[in-house]
Amino acid sequence: MTLLESKAWSVLSEIEDPEIPVISVVDLGIVRTVVEEEGILKVAITPTYSGCPATQVIEDSVVDALKAAHLEPFEVKTVLSPSWSTSMISESGKFKLKEYGIAPPADDSTDKMALMGEERQITCPNCGSKDTKMVSQFGSTPCKAHFKCKDCLEPFDYFKCL
Amino acid sequence: MLLLAWSVKGIKMNDNSNRLNVALHLGDNALILGHRISEWCGHGPVLEQDIAMTNIALDLIGQAKMYFDYAAEIEGQGHDHDYFAYRRDVLDFKNLLLCEIPNGDFAYTIARQFYFDQWHFLLLTELSNSEDERLKEIAQKSLKEVTYHRRWSSEWVVRLGDGTPESKEKMQRAIDDTWYYSGEAFIPVDYENGILPIGLKDQWMKNVKEVIEEATLKMPTDEWMQEGGKTGNHTEHLGFILAEMQYLPRAYPDATW
Repeated sequence: MTLLESKAWSVLSEIEDPEIPVISVVDLGIVRTVVEEEGILKVAITPTYSGCPATQVIEDSVVDALKAAHLEPFEVKTVLSPSWSTSMISESGKFKLKEYGIAPPADDSTDKMALMGEERQITCPNCGSKDTKMVSQFGSTPCKAHFKCKDCLEPFDYFKCL
Repeated sequence: MLLLAWSVKGIKMNDNSNRLNVALHLGDNALILGHRISEWCGHGPVLEQDIAMTNIALDLIGQAKMYFDYAAEIEGQGHDHDYFAYRRDVLDFKNLLLCEIPNGDFAYTIARQFYFDQWHFLLLTELSNSEDERLKEIAQKSLKEVTYHRRWSSEWVVRLGDGTPESKEKMQRAIDDTWYYSGEAFIPVDYENGILPIGLKDQWMKNVKEVIEEATLKMPTDEWMQEGGKTGNHTEHLGFILAEMQYLPRAYPDATW
């Protein structure tokens, strides 16, 4: 990793996700690659859900942050492949999600329960109980499902697997 | 042999226009159905389902954007995705008629979504191995989302079908009435040739039948199907959708926030 690349990574890891402000776009796995080529910094980012309204905001924040750190010249490119998956969220990212009250994704790809119709046990991020129930596969943002804890009775978001 | 050589050459020459039409067909399906479901925003039967439908709408509109970006690149005339969404008229749209029929009651919306999702899932599964790199990328990304859509709509068919006498009657009516729009996806048009997979119908029938039977409903059997959307011959409903969707960009061209 060149000096410029490592500087860029540290700048990008300060950018928060607009919907979940405790986790950075690097932790989320949205920043795929940062490469210095002939003096130009090339940053590739990938959208999470196709229709996620945060995608544009994130792209703008990446451009702004790189400018503010005087890392020009740079290029920011959106790549679709390999498509984003919840397995790209870092371990520290998953920990931060849980601390924030969002149950982190329990698997690597689209929930098998979405294919097989089986329910999976999700741990309540508030009280740690495993006695939880899915209220809806679709939650407050495209990336979340809506759950309820049967022990502490609190509703909570689950970052669903993609 | 001569004829064969000519037709192969013909396909090659039209390759780009076919590719453009396929990108528009797939983008238009996603945009128009996405717009239709978004009409439920604030009107869903319960909050969770209101949110589910707007989530599905968002996924589809996001997918439309990816197809339109591709279409813009193939076309090479400096257009962007907004151009394809907002600056074309009814005859230019290539979506399935299924995507534009009105929401009706909740059962109609579910029936339409169910037929569409079952097809969409099979289509994207095949396109995930497409020789067209870009379609392959978009399909791989979209398939993850559509897996959730398909589960949602199939579950509702079962819940309403195998529910109260009233919900069962309404679901059966919706499954029957919407049926005539379910088959257009399997009637190929020229521009699909060699780009979109064929032969998905048998698997679709099998999957659809399984859910309908689980829902204790009767599988429709008519074979006659409405068609025309893929070549721009639409129902009267599409014009009204476009009027609402395109009003602002047409009244105030290039307006920004």
